[in-house]
Amino acid sequence: MTDTYTAFVSRGWGRDIAKRLGLPQPVELRRYRPGAPLLPGPALLVGSGPSAEAVASALTEWGVEVRREGAPDGGASRPDDGAKAPKLGAIILMLEGIERPEDLSAPVLAAGQAVRSLAPSGRVVTLSRRASTQDEPAVAAARQGVEGILRSLAKELRAGATGNGILLAEDVTADAPSVIGALRFLLSGRSAFVDGQFLTVGSSAGELPSDPERPLEGKIAVVTGAARGIGAAIARTLARDGAKVVLVDVPAAGESLAKVANEVRGTALQLDITRQDAGERILAHAVGRYGRLDVVVHNAGITRDKLLANMDAARWDSVIAVNLAAQLRINEALLGSDGLGEGLHIVSVSSTSGLAGNRGQTNYAASKAGVVGMVRSTAARLAARGGTANAVAPGFIETEMTARIPFATREVARRLNSLQQGGQPQDVAEAIAFLASDAAAGITGNILRVCGQNLVGQ
Amino acid sequence: MSTLRKAVVVGGNRIPFARANGAYAMTSNQDMLTAALDGLVARFGLQDERIGEAAAGAVLKHSRDFNLTREAVLGSALSPETPAYDVQQACATGLETVLGLADKIKLGRIESAVAGGVDSASDAPIVVSEGLRHAVLELNGAKTVQQKLKALSRLRPKDVTPVAPGTNEPRTGLSMGEHQALTTAQWDISREAQDELALASHRNLADAYGRGFFDDLITPYRGLARDSNLRPDTSMDKLGSLKTVFGRQLGDKATMTAGNSTPLTDGASSVLLASEEWAESRDLPILADVVDGEAAAVDFVHGKDGLLMAPVFAVPRLLGRLGLTFEDIDYFEIHEAFAGTVLCHLAAWEDEEFCRERLGLDGAFGKVDRAKLNVNGSSLAAGHPFAATGGRIVATLAKQLHERGSVGGRPARGLISVCAAGGLGVAAVLEAR
Repeated sequence: MTDTYTAFVSRGWGRDIAKRLGLPQPVELRRYRPGAPLLPGPALLVGSGPSAEAVASALTEWGVEVRREGAPDGGASRPDDGAKAPKLGAIILMLEGIERPEDLSAPVLAAGQAVRSLAPSGRVVTLSRRASTQDEPAVAAARQGVEGILRSLAKELRAGATGNGILLAEDVTADAPSVIGALRFLLSGRSAFVDGQFLTVGSSAGELPSDPERPLEGKIAVVTGAARGIGAAIARTLARDGAKVVLVDVPAAGESLAKVANEVRGTALQLDITRQDAGERILAHAVGRYGRLDVVVHNAGITRDKLLANMDAARWDSVIAVNLAAQLRINEALLGSDGLGEGLHIVSVSSTSGLAGNRGQTNYAASKAGVVGMVRSTAARLAARGGTANAVAPGFIETEMTARIPFATREVARRLNSLQQGGQPQDVAEAIAFLASDAAAGITGNILRVCGQNLVGQ
Repeated sequence: MSTLRKAVVVGGNRIPFARANGAYAMTSNQDMLTAALDGLVARFGLQDERIGEAAAGAVLKHSRDFNLTREAVLGSALSPETPAYDVQQACATGLETVLGLADKIKLGRIESAVAGGVDSASDAPIVVSEGLRHAVLELNGAKTVQQKLKALSRLRPKDVTPVAPGTNEPRTGLSMGEHQALTTAQWDISREAQDELALASHRNLADAYGRGFFDDLITPYRGLARDSNLRPDTSMDKLGSLKTVFGRQLGDKATMTAGNSTPLTDGASSVLLASEEWAESRDLPILADVVDGEAAAVDFVHGKDGLLMAPVFAVPRLLGRLGLTFEDIDYFEIHEAFAGTVLCHLAAWEDEEFCRERLGLDGAFGKVDRAKLNVNGSSLAAGHPFAATGGRIVATLAKQLHERGSVGGRPARGLISVCAAGGLGVAAVLEAR
């Protein structure tokens, strides 16, 4: 699972050779560690008005040095100052006030001037309004334009820097908890492998954690497929953030499930999620042991790849049964239960294969695209009781599963994204942990890609 | 009894049992017991929990494992401040740990306990001959070269051959199977009846797996997810085709085969016991009460009773004390050391003369309803890692009782009996919660 190439071109003569030959130069990404500073340098805030003030005050509270665009100390405008001028940790572009395409020019070009000063694994984050059919055409055009800007800029960034955006729904202001929560997530090392993506904040719901390093304190979370790989990383990450975790996996995976459960001080529930009563069993365990259930992460999934021309019913049906039908049935049981309190957060694992398609994976892609449809519909049903349903769509992640891909294919797959490397299971887990938190209660029905801005799909 | 508080079964965990020299061939007792404990910890969220006391044991035990249970606790995710001790009562070890710890809970000396057992027939101790042992001991004590040479000179070539593990009865030199073959013949138990019991054991165990009954009783280990001795597709024809292995001196009357005897097995089990308050304060499930237990022993040395017949005495004494008969029992868990053992027990309890003369009863003790016998399979199918069997049975029965709930307005009730080497037998009664 080690990415030898990235290690090779990250230092010494390997770096020089890669540079001269114009080879991809992936760097080791800045990942979240409890206690580490939020950003590797000061943040440049481009824009003014109440929204900018709200963001500036949040940044200051997080211990980030804030520079305003055009300020006298202007570290951003003197990129060649040498070692003394600290590189920028982030550029935050406030665009929610734009009404016409012409309004984009000044702030975007100003941000562009600062891009060269961005530190390795720095961040560009845009804040703008979601374009809607209700908007005047010019307004919609300007707002939609932001997506093109951000996605292109993300592809121009180097050295592990990423660009992501926050889209605000009509009534949502920049000081809404989920806007601030999303901003913190996107600035932090938690979003290391999230690139070129937008999070839409649909409401002012939510609450920021009293301790930003324990955003899931006291929450009860269920993770399916938790015995290994991404599921184990999810369990570890949720536990690190303060949750009590119920780890679910098939009985045959019980040995590694018990190991992870003991490591994260949770409980192991050996259960085949395709059982008709899986939802009831999960609920009974969580409520019986812990009194309630706050978070459900549908991670369990299988692949049975074949070209459709060679596909048999066993391969097709088992993938649909585990990856999609089981999630639907469990959600139905959870939503139909009186035992659940308000504010249930459901996070499903989709896949870029489901969004962009993948040769040999019609069954898998059907299930993972199906998850997207399920999440959007479930989000609407959960809204009334203050819950959320979201999905993350991992791209190429370094797991036991992808380690089995033949060497050459794997090497190519790794480099086909803006960060030129595969993600880690932890990267997926971090995105899930954010969407599972109350800080993200204003975000629902979102599909967040964790793919390093894979070149295919959105 | 009424002044004592209750001891309850919270749940259990075991690793799948593996036929000897199979999946766990190179695995030690300590490793297997640790795995069984860790699975229990994971199931009930007991990480770093200081348990009142842990007790377990092994029948085939290396001398280095003088503190086996404590070492397993130290290697597990339990708090290292959990006290532990070893128990060794042959095949009754596991059940005896449950009864002993339950008594401590009832007396208020501890709030929680982990009972268990482990055995490896693969990783068994091999000892040196008595001749070599004496020579080495003498050599250790020798001071002069002359004394040392003298000690060595006593050695004979045959002394250098290691002694393979054995479980033969020290006082008779007969293996357990040979002992049972005599008892089986004495009670005139047919080959067909034994094969039927073995078949039922395999079918019941396979059914239990099929309905997910063991999902929260077993944690896979070393790639094994099910008991490797289980043969879901066995049949009377297949069982009938096996050669007899015990009691061959009986000629045509030999009935015991590898199919209706338990194989040598490796495995470990554990049971979480608690006071009601402890379980409730941690929102843990309560499956069953440990009501009572009774040990018995028979004089097999002089041939008064068969080696494995002690449960025949333990059960009537226990039920008599509780004012119960077989009519009051909903599940019978009679350990299947051999199919013949179970059938001899049943025959004895149905035998008026035996019950009058040997048990001091007015007549036959009673008939066990076969539909209530070992309903989730027993040792013939699961295998029998000696000291681990008691924990397997207690956890399995406790869950079965809890699922059943009540019978005719009273809690469902289960009887356990386990026969053991040395003419020992232990019985226990559990009641559903």
